[in-house]
Order: sequence, then structure tokens, then C-alpha cells
Amino acid sequence: MLEIKNLHASVNGKEILKGIDLTVNKGEVHAIMGPNGSGKSTLASVITGNPAFEVTKGKITYEGQDLLEMAPEQRAGAGVFLSFQYPVEIPGVSMVNFMRAAINEQRKFRGEEPLSASDFLRLMREKKELVEMDSQLTSRSVNEGFSGGEKKRNEIFQMAMLNPKLAILDETDSGLDIDALRIVANGVNKLKTPENASIVITHYQRLLDYIVPDFVHVLYDGKIIKTGYKTLALELEEKGYDWLK
Amino acid sequence: MTKNKTDVQVREKKETVLFEQQYIELYEQYTDTICSHSATALNAGRDKAFKKFRELGFPTPQVENYKYTDLREPLSVDYGLNIKRVNFPINPYDVFKCDVPGISAYLYFVVNDAFYPTNYERNKSLPEGVIVTSLRQASEEHSELVEKHISKLADKQNDGLVAFNGAFAQDGFFIYVPKNVILDRPIQIINIMRSDVDFMANSRNLVVVEQGAKAQMLVCDHTVDDVRFFSNRVTEVFVGENAFYEHYKLESVSRETTDVSTLLIKQEQNSNVLGNLLTLHNGVSRNNVEIALDGENCETHLCGMALSDGKQVVDNFTSILHNKPNSHSNELFKYILDDEAKGGFTGRLYVEKDAQKTLAYQNNKNILLKRTAKMRTRPQLEIFADDVKCSHGATIGQLDEKAMFYMRQRGIPEKEARMLLMFAFAADVIEFIRIDALKDRIKKMVEKRLRGGHSKCDGCSFCS
Ligand SMILES: Nc1ncnc2c1ncn2[C@@H]1O[C@H](COP(=O)(O)OP(=O)(O)OP(=O)(O)O)[C@@H](O)[C@H]1O
Ligand SMILES: [Mg+2]
Repeated sequence: MLEIKNLHASVNGKEILKGIDLTVNKGEVHAIMGPNGSGKSTLASVITGNPAFEVTKGKITYEGQDLLEMAPEQRAGAGVFLSFQYPVEIPGVSMVNFMRAAINEQRKFRGEEPLSASDFLRLMREKKELVEMDSQLTSRSVNEGFSGGEKKRNEIFQMAMLNPKLAILDETDSGLDIDALRIVANGVNKLKTPENASIVITHYQRLLDYIVPDFVHVLYDGKIIKTGYKTLALELEEKGYDWLK
Repeated sequence: MTKNKTDVQVREKKETVLFEQQYIELYEQYTDTICSHSATALNAGRDKAFKKFRELGFPTPQVENYKYTDLREPLSVDYGLNIKRVNFPINPYDVFKCDVPGISAYLYFVVNDAFYPTNYERNKSLPEGVIVTSLRQASEEHSELVEKHISKLADKQNDGLVAFNGAFAQDGFFIYVPKNVILDRPIQIINIMRSDVDFMANSRNLVVVEQGAKAQMLVCDHTVDDVRFFSNRVTEVFVGENAFYEHYKLESVSRETTDVSTLLIKQEQNSNVLGNLLTLHNGVSRNNVEIALDGENCETHLCGMALSDGKQVVDNFTSILHNKPNSHSNELFKYILDDEAKGGFTGRLYVEKDAQKTLAYQNNKNILLKRTAKMRTRPQLEIFADDVKCSHGATIGQLDEKAMFYMRQRGIPEKEARMLLMFAFAADVIEFIRIDALKDRIKKMVEKRLRGGHSKCDGCSFCS
């Protein structure tokens, strides 16, 4: 589904990703761990097409297409979703309008009819229940004044609404209390099918108790320096990253 | 609509003299004509205003209050003036279908500078005692009422264009809402500029809202023809004790239009005023607004929005005068400037020595979409009382790139995301529209404008 080859990327002239190779197949869950500043969020940004980052070398293929040639909104339309480490507040744009625009633009991209008002509202209700999100939140501006945990839950809500093929969760677990973590993980698991895949970026093995990864990668200074199975996460939790250097 | 040749008096062109000189000569030569086609109340102060204009001249950027707007080019155009009051062959009621669904306003027209006689059905149901007519007619029929108010605020202005208006304005509208009368629907005045030659209109308007009365005014500016227009309008508004007054100015005119509008409002105690100046499409626009809070416990909201591109110029020069204690004022102006558009905002806030417990807030936020767009903003606070709360803020920035990416990541195309962000930026000014039908309409117009269209009213055959 996703194939990253020798990916180099920089921001403001500084090289952050220094040759990443990663293959994600349908139905798989990949965890990416690594110290602060190692480039995890940068990788997520590059996959989703954030214009702040410049790809200097390498290739990303997504479902046979050259992903790097696609605009961020086209990637989203093709099913790539990012749960942001730092969700952005957008004062003045209501959650409802934002979601309606997002869903219908994605449908348009795929050549589908826009959702009817009643179908849209039904979907909203259903997905809010799934992630147990306070109804109040969707009547406010996007993320404006949301608590850290509410923002993360809102990311998963949006993911549930948009039903992506490839979901990248960038530290969705940080800032969540234990109950919220369980609810969010539950939401993610319910959305899992043999047809889609996810990349879960986290610092804590705890999340991986809920969302069980098929592979664990260690990203260090812009490179994947080790790949293993779920047990690698436990090992990292115990020993840190120094032993891998 | 077929265009008829209109009998417009065109001034002799004198290349070598100052722009003012032509008008000075015109005035001196035609004073009698000007007066005979106007009314006593306006004629009374004419010579005095003319004298003042001779002293002040037209404002140049060297005049402190006009340093953000250079009117020299538009003032150098050889405009015609219709001082003989020849009727323009147009019946606006026939061709104008106002496109604010559900607003059902009392509807009036000012064609260039002349109040258009009405036969509009709805206007017949104006509440008892309410007067909406031409200032010229009011000056004859309600002379006491007019004379008590006319020029009382304008005469205090030290502005060459206001003085010019005093010298040349021959008509305009007059609105009177008597004590305790609550207008059930807005009064809509549509200013239409129409001419076959470059044309200047000077109009003088007077609004009197008595004690305990309530009125909402919507003033729309439209242009019909593609010639150069210059409109110079002065509106004086007297808001009595416990009265409510709302003034919406909606400008959607051609790029060839220069509009200088002076809005002078005097508030008595416990009165409530909302002014909202929406400049959606224009050429060069200068709004002078002065609101004097002359009683205690007044509430004043003054807002505005400018959506400009090309070489448009929008300059809002505002003064809020807290002359008495315990009043509250709030100013909010937002600009979105693209291309080589130029914006100016001046927020004068004056708090008199005795005006204790004044609350005054001022905010001006601006987005520049291109590097070539320019915004100049200045707060001017003069506070002489010590127990007051005043704050002001101004920002000039770009669209939030992080928000842009966030939206695009969700599948919203770049153009649409920009539109949503700009709309969100402008939204709190739109929230200061207290007529629901108008608010909905403005939302649609702003959206259309932000998508790159000319936000004209669809139903208005003048601009289609
Ligand atoms: N816009 C930017 N300008 C300059 N440097 C940047 C920018 N964005 C990221 N960086 C730098 O790139 C490096 C990688 O950042 P990135 O956010 O990808 O790390 P991370 O692995 O996600 O870290 P964390 O675990 O703290 O989230 C850091 O050194 C960071 O400071
Ligand atoms: Mg990160």
C-alpha cells in the first residue's frame, strides 16, 4: 500500500530525514518510536504533503501512485489521514462546517455524490458515540479552546468520519488520560479492517497494549535504525534508545 | 435599460489651475442656481461652508487625517455636477429588485444626489409619524425639525470635503422617527450612481431618531455606469435618549468610483448605536465616522470590513468621543487585502476629563494576501479621565499556514481552505449585523467575493 524508498527531507535547509525505507501493507499496523527530534513527525508531514517540508531525494508510492506528485488534499482524498501531534485551532470555522467540507470534498475527489444533510448528521452522531466525544465540541470552532485530550479525541473522531485507508497517528496517546486512551484505542481498533493500515507514532509501549502493532520501527536521527516486533517496544521501554546507537 | 443622454452641466476645463479653483469659480458663478434648486435649510450655511472650503481646499496626503488616502487623482477628474437638478431618466423601482430575501425593508432611492420620489407600496405602511423624504422637501414641510439639526455636526468638522459638501449639496434624504416609535423593519436607502459622463454627487442626509425610538438603516451604494464617479456624502444622525439606531453601509460599486462618506452621529444618554461599514467592492473609499457620546450610559459598536484587491483603496477614519461618564464603546475593523490594495484605519478615541468609568475597546485586524498589498493602521488615544478602561490592538498578518495545511490534510482543496479561513476571519464583523436576513445575505456576498467574484446583488439589474 505504501512504499517509501530512500527518503530524504529537509526543513529550512536543514536535513531531517536521512534515507528512510519503509513498506506498509494492507491490514498492517506499524509503530514508529524514537527519541524527541528524531524526525517522526517530519516523516508524517512528508507523507501527507506538508509544504513546509522539502523532499530532496527518494520516492513514496501509495497504491501504485507517486504520492509526492499529489497535493495534500489529493492524498487525503485518496485515503491518507494524519492525526496531528499538535492539532491546529481554527477560530471561526465550526467543526460541523469543517467536517462537512472535508467529507464532501473527499467524496467529490472520488467521484461520489455529496452526503445529504440527514446522512451527514447521522454519521456525525454515530462517530461521536464511537469515540465518546462530548456533543458540545462539534458545535464549536475547530479545536478552539479544546483541552489537549479533547483535541486528540477530536482527531480520532475526524478519522472515524473520514474512514481513511492509511491512518498515521502522531502521538495520539500523549495527553490522554487512561480512560480516554482506552476509548481512543478502541475507536482505532473498530475502524481497523483487512483493507486499511496504520502507522502509530508513540513514545509509550502502553498504547501498543491496546493497538497491537505488527512491526515496531525505531527512528533515530532521520533513519530507521531498527525494526522488530511488538517485543521491541517493551525492550525500548526498559532500556531506552542508547543501546541501539 | 437604454441609456439616455442626460443634460449634465460640465464645467469648463482649466488645466493650469488647482482642482479647487474650478469648483470655486463654478460656485461663484452659479450660487443662485445652486440655491434655487435646493432648500432654505441647506442654503443657510452654504456661503459659510464655501468660505471654509476656500480655506481648507481638498485634502491632500499632507493633511494629517488624510495621510493614508491620496485623493488627488480622483479629484483631478473633470466631473460633471447636476446643479440644475435635471431628473435622470430612470425609475429605480421598476428595475431594482433588491436581493436581500426576507428583509422587506422600507425602500428608497437616491439617484446620484437626488432623493427619488416614491410610490413603492410597502412604504405606505410606515408607522404613523415617521417621515422619510427628500431633505429638500423636508426643509419646506418640516422646517423646524430640519433647522434644529441640520449642519449642527457637520459645521464642527474641519474637513475640506465636508465643507465642499456644505457648499454644493442640494439634496439628500431626511428620516425622522418620532418619540417611542419602534420601526418594525429596516429603512433601506439605495444610492445609485448613474451618468453618461464622469460625474460627481454631493448629498446631505439627516436622520433624527427621537427619545425611545428605534430605527435600522441600510445604505447600499451601487454604480450603474462605467464612467468615473465621485460621491461625497455627509450624513448627520441624532439619536435621542434611550433610542436605538443601527447604520449599515454596504458598498458594492465599480472600481472607477471614489466615495467619501462622512457619518456624524450624536448620542444622548442611554442610547445604543451600531455602525457597520461593509466595503465589499469599490474603487477608492474613505469613510469618516464620528460618534459623539454626549450622554451617560451610551453603548456604541462601530465595525467594518474591507475585502479589497486590484488597486482598491479603503480608508476608515473613525472617531469615538466619550464626552460623558459611564459609556461603553467597542470598535472592530477587519481588512483582507489582496494584490495592490491599500487599507487605512485610524481609530481616534477621545475621553473627556469628566467621562469617568468609560469602557472603550478598539481592534483592527488585517490579513495581507500578497506582499504588494499595504495596510496602515493607527490608534489615536486621547484620554483625559483617570478611571477608565481603554484598550486597543492592531495586527497585520498572513493566513495561518498551519491551519491551511490542517484543512488540506482533511481533503479540503487549497482554494476552499483559503476561503474558509478568510471567511472565518471576517465572521465576527458579520456577527455585528442584527438584521438576520441581511446577515445571511452578507455571508453569501462575502463568500462569493472571497471566491473571487464581484459581490454584487444578484437581483439588482443595475449591476448585473
Ligand atoms: N519548521 C521547522 N523548522 C525548523 N526545524 C524544524 C521544523 N520542524 C521540525 N524541525 C526540526 O526537525 C527535527 C525533527 O522534528 P520532528 O518534529 O520530526 O521530531 P519528532 O521525532 O516528531 O519529535 P517528538 O518526539 O518530540 O515529537 C527537530 O530537530 C525539529 O526541531
Ligand atoms: Mg513529533
